[in-house]
Amino acid sequence: MNSPAQNAMNLHLVRRYSFAASHRLHSAQLSDEENWRAYGKCNNPYGHGHNYVVEVAVSGTVNPETGMIANLADLDAFVAREVLEPFDHTYLNEQVDAFRETVPTTENLCIEIFRRLRAFPHAKLERVLIEETGLNTFEFTGETQGSPQ
Amino acid sequence: MVYITRKIEFSASHLYNNPALSPEENRRLFGKCNNPHGHGHNYVLEVTVAGEPDPLTGMVLDLRELKRLLQDEVMERMDHRFLNYEVPELAGKIPTCENIAATIWSLLESKIVRGKLHRVRLYETPDLFVDCYGATNGSARS
Repeated sequence: MNSPAQNAMNLHLVRRYSFAASHRLHSAQLSDEENWRAYGKCNNPYGHGHNYVVEVAVSGTVNPETGMIANLADLDAFVAREVLEPFDHTYLNEQVDAFRETVPTTENLCIEIFRRLRAFPHAKLERVLIEETGLNTFEFTGETQGSPQ
Repeated sequence: MVYITRKIEFSASHLYNNPALSPEENRRLFGKCNNPHGHGHNYVLEVTVAGEPDPLTGMVLDLRELKRLLQDEVMERMDHRFLNYEVPELAGKIPTCENIAATIWSLLESKIVRGKLHRVRLYETPDLFVDCYGATNGSARS
């Protein structure tokens, strides 16, 4: 039902999700004073929380049968299983294995969520963007400096 | 390079149905979007044009021209319409966010004469949108 010309369009399907979680920014490699200097209030030993918004962008060919890059029900179920269910209403430092050794900054959260979602079987993951608050945004596209994806 | 974005909103109805499939397959694939009576959205369209500012005017383009173009090509065609039946460019296509964004790209690209169309972002709801960056130079992505 699609013209071939339209199948060749570069399209990203983008979906926004949210979860609430707490974290504490604290590095085992730093002294207490250094941790306080590096992280300020975010180093509070009791932790603190955010309503994280996660924006997930995938790309791919539009399926002529459905007019879609990927069925939203599939994407929603995958993100729910890989990210929302394990992360929502948790203390990230203690309850997500990836953050037992790694500081759960939102930079690292972006990278971890990207790692979990890149296995989505129906489209190519392009980027993960996280709004930690309405004022702070972090984005990861899978590229690291000096080594293209 | 400077990127300029103009935003418009339009309201329209649509439904998803592939006549090549059985009613059961359509319901399974498209769920509530297969309701034969259709349903509607408040679409938000963000059109981004890239270019260098003209040394004389300091502008990449005259925003009034872009505003008029969006009025003529998108608002007149899609606002308060049933997309499946009233928009010829979507005839025979399932009016998903992907297909509408690609159609809008095709409608606008050649008509933007100053600057270059960079991105068409179409929100179907605040939590779902599609970005279109134009043709992939013939190499379809998988």
